[in-house]
Amino acid sequence: MTDDVTTTSDAGALLRVVLVDDHRLFRAGVRSEIGDRVDIVGEAGDVDEAVRVVRSTRPDVVLLDVHLPGGGGRAVLDACVDELPEVRFLALSVSDAADDVIDVVRGGARGYVTKTISGEDLVDAVRRVADGDAVFSPRLAGFVLDAFASGEVVDDAEDALDVLSPREREVMRLIARGYTYREVARDLVLSVRTVETHVSSVLRKLQLSNRHELAKWAKAHRVV
Amino acid sequence: MRRGRLLGGVCVGLAAHLGWSVAVVRVLFVLAALMGGFGVVLYAAYWAWLPISDGPEVPAREGGRDLAGVLGLGALAVGFLLVVNGGSLGSWLTPVVLAGVGVAVLWRQSDDSRRSELLAEVGASARATTATAVRRDGLRIALGLTLVVLGLVAALASRGDVLASLRALAAALLAVAGLAIVLLPFVLGWWRDLAAERRGRIRSEERAEVAAQVHDSVLQTLTLIQRSASDPDEVVRLARTEERALRRWLYTPVGDPESTFIAALESVVAEVEGSYACAVELVHVGDLPRDDRVDGLVAAAREAVVNAAKHAGGTVSVFAECADGGAEVYVRDRGPGFDPDAVPDDRLGLRESVVGRMARSGGTATVRSVPGEGTEVALVLPASLGARSAT
Repeated sequence: MTDDVTTTSDAGALLRVVLVDDHRLFRAGVRSEIGDRVDIVGEAGDVDEAVRVVRSTRPDVVLLDVHLPGGGGRAVLDACVDELPEVRFLALSVSDAADDVIDVVRGGARGYVTKTISGEDLVDAVRRVADGDAVFSPRLAGFVLDAFASGEVVDDAEDALDVLSPREREVMRLIARGYTYREVARDLVLSVRTVETHVSSVLRKLQLSNRHELAKWAKAHRVV
Repeated sequence: MRRGRLLGGVCVGLAAHLGWSVAVVRVLFVLAALMGGFGVVLYAAYWAWLPISDGPEVPAREGGRDLAGVLGLGALAVGFLLVVNGGSLGSWLTPVVLAGVGVAVLWRQSDDSRRSELLAEVGASARATTATAVRRDGLRIALGLTLVVLGLVAALASRGDVLASLRALAAALLAVAGLAIVLLPFVLGWWRDLAAERRGRIRSEERAEVAAQVHDSVLQTLTLIQRSASDPDEVVRLARTEERALRRWLYTPVGDPESTFIAALESVVAEVEGSYACAVELVHVGDLPRDDRVDGLVAAAREAVVNAAKHAGGTVSVFAECADGGAEVYVRDRGPGFDPDAVPDDRLGLRESVVGRMARSGGTATVRSVPGEGTEVALVLPASLGARSAT
């Protein structure tokens, strides 16, 4: 996802970012890797501290660890999302347990990336999230495809939240295969904007769907 | 514990030892018991002094035969004396023996229950064992108590009328109940301590298991990483391998790891990652049971991943999707790519081995590569007749 940077928010000023992770070493690593390309305005190591720092600094993007002492990333989201709708959250984790990831995304995170992501890709993901788009790593795309496994077509508007459209499914499959948004767009003969729209729509379904299979599936899968 | 025993298992043990029928031994004991309680004394002697055997094949209470002989003779003498003297002593004998047997049953009971507790802690089928043990032990507690009470009543009745003896018994029971109330807090406290101690032991065992795992894996890997600090590729390889192993230990549910398509693919990916300094990101949807065709797909996927690792390096993305009995695997790298019209020999080899394998499994393989943008190998295994998705 390095080569299709959208620069709408790149108006000279660096994006303001807060790092939330209980491992000081990891925060230091992220800071040294992306600190010159974004403005890291705060760090936090647990839920209470994170809520405090996010409230006081009101950053553009919060890089949020899924696992945190004091209730996990979900607790930070629950405390901040309604109060500070302009702050965007990007989940960052080594945990690939599907239920944890899905839980944080349903809690309001705009995407999920693994901690093995390169600095360049991370900066790009932060920009994308700041622009209001969704960031799906291949793994999250795989989780989504698994969770929305049954491909039945539903006409009812209410149930439409519970299924992916054929196009959305195609986009998810390509992202799961490791394609960047730009490559997805080229492969499906779409604009990058359209791909982003599809991904955001999948994120919305993931967050709003009441599909009980989703929760059940997430509980049952602790995928490596 | 002796199987098939009624009281202490003496008859069963003796019968097994002598090679007689249990029923014969029991009848002999009962007859002896009717002769002024002689059999009861003998039984008690055997019971108290012969060793307990747990094995079903070994005769119970075997081993102390010399001691048993001495005791048997002693019991015989006592019994003989009692039978001869009769009269005044005889009226006391039955109640005393009765109560004695009851107390003995209770005492043995406490021993057995402590043993079954130990067994329950050690044994894997702890719950089932304890449940049946409790049921059986309950019967024996009731038996012991009944015998003690009968003995007491008989003893009191031998000195006066039954009503007075019952009244005395009630007073005694009241005293016992009072004592129980006084002692209850102590007993409960002791029980709580025991439970806490057991919990602590389970916790420390868990800690020990985690410590062993960390020592065997993480610490070893960290040592290796320090030794090869000058070789970044090797450090990455070690770290990835360790991460994968640790994650498997933390998250993989218990079950047969090698019986499904995804499990096989995971182990292939782990193996390739371990052999080449590259990261392989595996994303999968659904699963299939393994069969020959699926194994062919896994082998082809392995070839593709190995080639990507060898020629491209960096991160290799593997996406596996199972649906409706079929499976698809995409292996994507970000290497230099190549012009399909000017295929180098080794790439041709990849093509042949992967395409050939897939064809033999009834599937297809396509290679797509753009110079400068990497390569993607797509493996498609259609659903076979009778194959069903395992999701």
